[in-house]
Amino acid sequence: MRIVAALRELHRSESALADELLRVADRHSEEPEVRHVAEDLAYWSREHAHEITEVMPRYRSDPAGLAHPEPAEEDQPELPGEEGDADLALLADLRRVYRMSAGVALDWDLLGQGAHVVADADLLAATERCRARAERQMRWARGMLKALSPQILAT
Amino acid sequence: MPSRDPISQPWGSRLPYGQGRQWPARVDHHLAEGLAPEEVDRWVRSATILHSNGDALDIAVKDGRVVGVRGRGKDRVNRGRLGPKDLYGWQANHSPDRLTHPLVRRDGVLTETDWDTALGLVASRSRELLDEQGSTALGFYTSGQLFLEEYYTLAAVGHGAIGTNHMDGNTRLCTATAAASLKESFGCDGQPGSYSDIDHADVIALYGHNMAETQTVLWARVLDRLAGPNPPRLVCVDPRPTPVARKATVHLAPRPGTNVALMNALLHELIRNDRVDHTYVENHTVGYEELVRRTAEYPPERAAEICGVSAPAIRGAAELLGGAERLLSTVLQGFYQANQATAAAVQVNNVHLLRGMLGRPGAGVLQMNGQPTAENTRECGADGDMTGFRNWNNDGHVADLARVWNLDPMRIPHYAPPTHAMQIMRNVEKGSIRFLWVSATNPAVSLPELRRVRALLSQQSLFLVVQDCFMTETAELADVVLPAAIWGEKTGTLTNSDRTVHLSEKAVEAPGEARPDLDIFLDYARRMDFRDADGHPFPQWHDPESAFEAWKRASAGRPCDYSGLTYERLRGASGVQWPCDEERPDGTERLYADGRFWALPEQCESYGRDLVTGAPLEEMEYRAMNPEGRAMLKAVEYVPPHEEPDRDHPFVLITGRTLYHFHTRTKTGRSPELQRAAPEVWVEVSPSDAQEAGLSEGDPVEVSSPRGTIRARTRVSGIRAGVLFVPFHYGYWDTEVSEGDGARDRAANEMTVSDWDPVSKQPLFKTAVARLRPLGEGDGRPAPAPTTTASASLDHRVAATRGTPDTSEETTGGGAP
Repeated sequence: MRIVAALRELHRSESALADELLRVADRHSEEPEVRHVAEDLAYWSREHAHEITEVMPRYRSDPAGLAHPEPAEEDQPELPGEEGDADLALLADLRRVYRMSAGVALDWDLLGQGAHVVADADLLAATERCRARAERQMRWARGMLKALSPQILAT
Repeated sequence: MPSRDPISQPWGSRLPYGQGRQWPARVDHHLAEGLAPEEVDRWVRSATILHSNGDALDIAVKDGRVVGVRGRGKDRVNRGRLGPKDLYGWQANHSPDRLTHPLVRRDGVLTETDWDTALGLVASRSRELLDEQGSTALGFYTSGQLFLEEYYTLAAVGHGAIGTNHMDGNTRLCTATAAASLKESFGCDGQPGSYSDIDHADVIALYGHNMAETQTVLWARVLDRLAGPNPPRLVCVDPRPTPVARKATVHLAPRPGTNVALMNALLHELIRNDRVDHTYVENHTVGYEELVRRTAEYPPERAAEICGVSAPAIRGAAELLGGAERLLSTVLQGFYQANQATAAAVQVNNVHLLRGMLGRPGAGVLQMNGQPTAENTRECGADGDMTGFRNWNNDGHVADLARVWNLDPMRIPHYAPPTHAMQIMRNVEKGSIRFLWVSATNPAVSLPELRRVRALLSQQSLFLVVQDCFMTETAELADVVLPAAIWGEKTGTLTNSDRTVHLSEKAVEAPGEARPDLDIFLDYARRMDFRDADGHPFPQWHDPESAFEAWKRASAGRPCDYSGLTYERLRGASGVQWPCDEERPDGTERLYADGRFWALPEQCESYGRDLVTGAPLEEMEYRAMNPEGRAMLKAVEYVPPHEEPDRDHPFVLITGRTLYHFHTRTKTGRSPELQRAAPEVWVEVSPSDAQEAGLSEGDPVEVSSPRGTIRARTRVSGIRAGVLFVPFHYGYWDTEVSEGDGARDRAANEMTVSDWDPVSKQPLFKTAVARLRPLGEGDGRPAPAPTTTASASLDHRVAATRGTPDTSEETTGGGAP
């Protein structure tokens, strides 16, 4: 069953998102709202990753075998010129959080489809809960981008 | 004969009254020493300016000077009563150190000059920056203490003529969460309740609201009810032993930062015991199922653990709330300046929506303000809102405002929410805002993390304009200082926390060349040669009354409708509550009496925000959630504070005010009676914490957070263990400070944290951590903290705070219930 593969991929992407949010919080510690909210949101992703480890045994998969996220495309520069430009780096980092959380939200949707078809009500509830929070992470990144970008783009 | 000492009797004598009766009048007078009432030349109509209650009074004038005040007995707000700051604060007007000439910085020194030079410089720097960078280079930071006409003009100049999005008020520090919570629950700002709800309520719940100190006259109204037949029962949520807590049937003193957990438990109990008005919920709200689901996770036992209060006490509070037939709730800084500010304030609204307790006598919510004209900053749009509670994210609202102003809508920024104060300061810090005009506020003492604030305001790259009546700590950093006329020296309107509009008329001339803020803003606009779409000078008004008439057109048809008011009308009636229009010529006592809200997608002021992340919802999301424009029950989980005590910093530090002072004491520190009542900073420590630290009453102590350090004397009080309280009033204008931060060891904000509620953007002054270091034994003197208030000493040997009996109270019978 490919549900196991979906669980593994979500575990990877939620863990990567948590890492990324903490990295963003650390990198922009002079931006209090970014720092504080990113830390809160990283906690959500950690919780989600933990939920997945609790589901895996039901699908006869061993959570101990889950690897820490591999360096992936998340480490690529997001915007040209972001290096050496703290403002641009801020936009780039929020843009990356937006993309990553959008991907996570979509993957929860897909896993929800799987949960439907195998009639796993608990898993379905988890996917709905986690997808909703991933979308809130995404909306946060979008909202911060919309609020911060005008000043950065115009100066 | 004067008989009351307002310092030891801040609330005056009791006139008990019963439920549903009119609050009896009591007219308080105070005149300068040796002056008899018949010697007063004239009395000039006004209202108070050193808190948000809006007490109506007349100013006594003799030989061109303010010489005293007298409450107005007919006024709905105070029925003649005045508090200590009302009675004494006017003396600051005649203080010898008022600013009387414009100043400009030459070779590093502020030097006297004339208005032409000073405003000429402000205008030319504005033009340079507009050419060089555009409107993003200019920012405005204003107040909660100017008049409506001044805010409206500033909003028109900033948002309209210049087109900058960078405008906010110090209301961000005091009332932003009130506005935000009302928008979240009801779609729009606007105080639902009325002070007269105190006359009818059977239960009054005060959430983080030390009413006895912040609104003394309103508290006198509660005390008079408590002394009469069928008194209301009180629920108090506050970590300090406030006068409110002492009168409460149930006092909950939660660990700071845990209000949402507590509120969720109260809602949990209301739902579990089915204290829900299902008809109201079904007909007038959305979101009930989600609220039930969310609060189910918070049984009292769980909240008890998070908040550090007992589960039976939470149940006891819930029983009072659930059993009330007429429930009044008030909310202030204990919620607004704490972790999850808006989320917590919204849960209070939820209590009222669940119980259908809105819009009828005694059943109301008061999301309070801290400042006298904060309501005007909000409604005029000088504080990060759009004029007339319009929605920046609704193109139709922006077009409508452009029509009122006769400007191109593209000139009015509406691509993002107006920039909030903390972000304005961040932009200044980063150098992208290069011109900042500060009016009637003192950020160098009132913002969090002062070392940082001083540094960013001192930057060479910043052109700082400060408009004020005294040489404040902020004015000392300015490039141009503009001397302003103040209350009593200019005419304008002001609106209090329960939407009551008063006219405050000019009583005396301003000292020297000081000018009204309105004149200064308009003079600037003329020098900038702003024009409307027809080429006429913009703003199109020229004095207070024409500004008020223009504002009426901007507010017409909006929730804060002033179109039925005129200056003439306000000279007759004493205090009228908006909305006031043709259909409601006498104003409106309570909003939402019909269970209808300003929440339709086309009408609402805001599409709302995520209560945890603060992310704004977009129009489509709002339409899907609330297509019919109902009130919104918004549920939220508890999220712990970002800074929690550890081994290095074992205490939670909260800051706040005392009864006798306002803000950074620019006025109250110059009123001898008030200054004597609370002359110096102190720190409140619980008995167990004091014992562990080896501290006794009056001992000097160093208080430090990860950001800064102050020195104060110890007041051992009944505050919750593990919590320290430091009043925020004490800056440096009346101390000797040397250069460098080492000597700046008095202001509470040296220690506070740059963190804010993601929804309302209100800084969290009640969420820092701190440690204590004793500085040896004291000299036997107690801490300089009042004994009449929450800072009362536990040591009965400490002398009581007192003044002199110099105030008369006149009652005309009617004391009987």
